[in-house]
Amino acid sequence: MSAWKNYGYAIGAHVAFIAVWQLATMVTDLPSYILPSPLEAIRELGEPSYNWGMHIWATALAIFGGYFLAVIVGVTLAVLFVWVPALNSGVMPLLVTINMVPKIAMAPLFIVWLGFGIVPNMIIAFTICFFPIVLTTHRGLIEVEPDLINLVRSIKANRWQIFSKILLPGSLPYLFSGMKVAAVLAVAGAIVGEFIASERGLGHFLLAQQNALNTSAMMMALVFITLIGVALYGLVLLLEYIFITRKGIVT
Amino acid sequence: MSTGTSTGAHPFVRLEGVRKTYAVGKEEFLAVSDVTIDIHDGELVSIVGPSGCGKSTILCILAELHEATEGKVEIGSPDSPFTPGRDIGMVFQKALLLKWRTIVDNVLLPAEILGLPKKASRERARDLLEMVGIADFADAYPQQLSGGMQQRASIARALIHDPKLILMDEPFGALDALTRERMNLELLRIWKESRKTILFVTHGIQEAVFLGSQVAVMTASPARMADHFDIELPEPRTLDVKTTEKFGEYTRRIYSLLGMQ
Repeated sequence: MSAWKNYGYAIGAHVAFIAVWQLATMVTDLPSYILPSPLEAIRELGEPSYNWGMHIWATALAIFGGYFLAVIVGVTLAVLFVWVPALNSGVMPLLVTINMVPKIAMAPLFIVWLGFGIVPNMIIAFTICFFPIVLTTHRGLIEVEPDLINLVRSIKANRWQIFSKILLPGSLPYLFSGMKVAAVLAVAGAIVGEFIASERGLGHFLLAQQNALNTSAMMMALVFITLIGVALYGLVLLLEYIFITRKGIVT
Repeated sequence: MSTGTSTGAHPFVRLEGVRKTYAVGKEEFLAVSDVTIDIHDGELVSIVGPSGCGKSTILCILAELHEATEGKVEIGSPDSPFTPGRDIGMVFQKALLLKWRTIVDNVLLPAEILGLPKKASRERARDLLEMVGIADFADAYPQQLSGGMQQRASIARALIHDPKLILMDEPFGALDALTRERMNLELLRIWKESRKTILFVTHGIQEAVFLGSQVAVMTASPARMADHFDIELPEPRTLDVKTTEKFGEYTRRIYSLLGMQ
């Protein structure tokens, strides 16, 4: 019962936010090119030349593609680091160094290397959200009680058994905390890519509308970018629920 | 392997002059020394001593997790042969249950690792949970159980593959005093029912005397076994035993061995 009550509060807060925004535009004399009202923003959906569907599709593809590529590569690398100690002592410090490079600043390079289109944007999203996934998953894989390992080694558990029965499932809460951080970063990465060089996508659309000072269309684009991010985050929460929360594990 | 016909006198575990050192840089660090003790099949032996006396090291040597630097380690007797890597059950201070597995699935972990038949193991797990008194929680997750109940589950896990030697490293050290007393009684009952050889490491002098048919006393710096002796108290052991003269004598003897008197 109280869960439903909490959902009620959450929905209420979202509705209130939009209502305050609408009210603010009504009671102030701000011109709509500074702060358009929510209703004005929604009205932009009716403009066929904006081609919303194409832009949403392009951005969503860049975000989800880059994100899931990062999850696959990140988890694989983290596992390799645990299995091959030499790799851990060599490549891990290198990764930490590379992580210090502002990924956003590398975006122009990717455009040079990969050209226009969705793929470079996907790669930028991948680059920016891959690090937290590697680092948290690796951390989760090595955070294990030494006595538990002693216990299973006393009956000659092999490496694969230790990995599949203890290390991997034990790392899931860490993986999900990394995935939540990464979801936010993936959205930012894809949009930056679209800012720099793109012919489609909501980031590209935002800049085009800025030139026309069409603020309400920009607002609507922002809303869609947010919704794509929320969808991704929601998917991660759903997976977390299936794999962790449902089993009563506290994260 | 050893001499002639089997008699009940052949110990199940024989440790003779066992010593373990670690190299820390150029320094040599003594983990444990002078460990000499015979443990008979089906005996519950307590090892008591302060932190750093090498109690846990002895368990690790018996579990073949560490190798003794010197001395003789023999497990198994003609009557009761021992299979290394198979006949060991371990219980630690922390229950160390996997939080994504139900209690019964946690108990089954060693059976899975050893590749024992699934159906029979599952039935045995249910029986063991019955024996340790948490049958109703078989399908619960560990974090839904109290510390004492979690420890009961970890005892069931140590028994699932029917090992001959159970090594317990301060299993009740993290429990509150009352739960600990109750678990002591429970352990005696479980030990009698399962007829296992148990090595019980503890900080608690009273606990060591109350549980053990033999007590080994360890000292720190240098880490060594100072003495070991039989505990002759009325069986079955009940809480009344603790108020007897003899119980007091044994505990005093251990205190003085530890230099506390």
